Amino acid sequence: MIFIGIIYAVYTGNLGEINNIILTEAEEGVMFAISLIGIMAFWLGLMNIAEKSGLIKSIAKLFRPLLRLLFPEIPKGHPAERWILMNFIANMFGVGNAATAFGLKAMGELNSLNRDKKVATNSMAMFLIINMSSLQLVPLTVLKIRYDYGSSNPTDIIGPTIVATTFSTIIAIIIGKFFEVAKR
Amino acid sequence: MIEFISIAIIPFMVLIIVLHGYIKGVDVYNSFIEGAKEGMKTSIKIMPYLIGIFIAIGIFRGSNAMDMFIDLLSPITNILGIPKQILPLVLIRPISGSGALGVVRDTIAHYGPDSMIGKLSSIMMGSSETIFYTLAVYFGSIGVEDYGHTLKAALLSYVISIFISIFICKFLI
Repeated sequence: MIFIGIIYAVYTGNLGEINNIILTEAEEGVMFAISLIGIMAFWLGLMNIAEKSGLIKSIAKLFRPLLRLLFPEIPKGHPAERWILMNFIANMFGVGNAATAFGLKAMGELNSLNRDKKVATNSMAMFLIINMSSLQLVPLTVLKIRYDYGSSNPTDIIGPTIVATTFSTIIAIIIGKFFEVAKR
Repeated sequence: MIEFISIAIIPFMVLIIVLHGYIKGVDVYNSFIEGAKEGMKTSIKIMPYLIGIFIAIGIFRGSNAMDMFIDLLSPITNILGIPKQILPLVLIRPISGSGALGVVRDTIAHYGPDSMIGKLSSIMMGSSETIFYTLAVYFGSIGVEDYGHTLKAALLSYVISIFISIFICKFLI
């Protein structure tokens, strides 16, 4: 991306802009990580309570059959299961920053099961493929924009969006599984 | 209803977790601190990765290389029946969430929220994710360099999801 971007900037005489971008985006990266600190601390702190009280364990048990199907490589009761589950739930309800916090923990746990630390495992791939297919049920920001621009019924896209999201997630799972099988 | 759940879920979750912990006799405060410490450590650890990712994505976006891709792709997408007006969104969606939201706003301002294009861009925005960004942040945080089939599968799903959105817009609304 950097390569294409800079070459194209040279071509269009846009190089000054690149300097600005490096400065602002470097700052943006720091700001984002700092903004993550608070929310990560909050959610992981909260989850540590739920962990100790046994709440997460009971929820994880409920969804175990589904997780077994999607992630056969994860041993039963491994902490990765829980974080993946929490990430999915947070994603569905559009709590983006909590989803990120859980997702990062999930990746860490999945990596502890990884033999070659440089290469992604099937479980990581499946986890991210599902994540990237969008799980969010209600796109609140989009609703806000529709409302701001005077839609006669801003929420009428919720139904179609849920249908689209459901199909895209199912297809993503199928494609992910297909690649797993093809690799063998 | 779903909107209400979206708003109420966080306070509700916090309440249940703390209450459940309290009933089960967990040292709520110290458990929280313990977990929070770990959360802080993780965020600091991924900071260098984030800076790198942000710069790469920023340069790509800022150089307007995107416009070049739109020009290159438009003949193909015309044949496939993807409306030209949503091409910018199709291209920016996997790269930048805030950028895509900006494009949705432009599109809706220009074509109207209740137009076919306005609805299509709303649905597309809601049913897709920032693929490259998610990939870079999650894999970056654990230092995995070989993504395996993840990107291929995600992009393929994304392309199919675009067609699903178009189909829903054309035939179901």
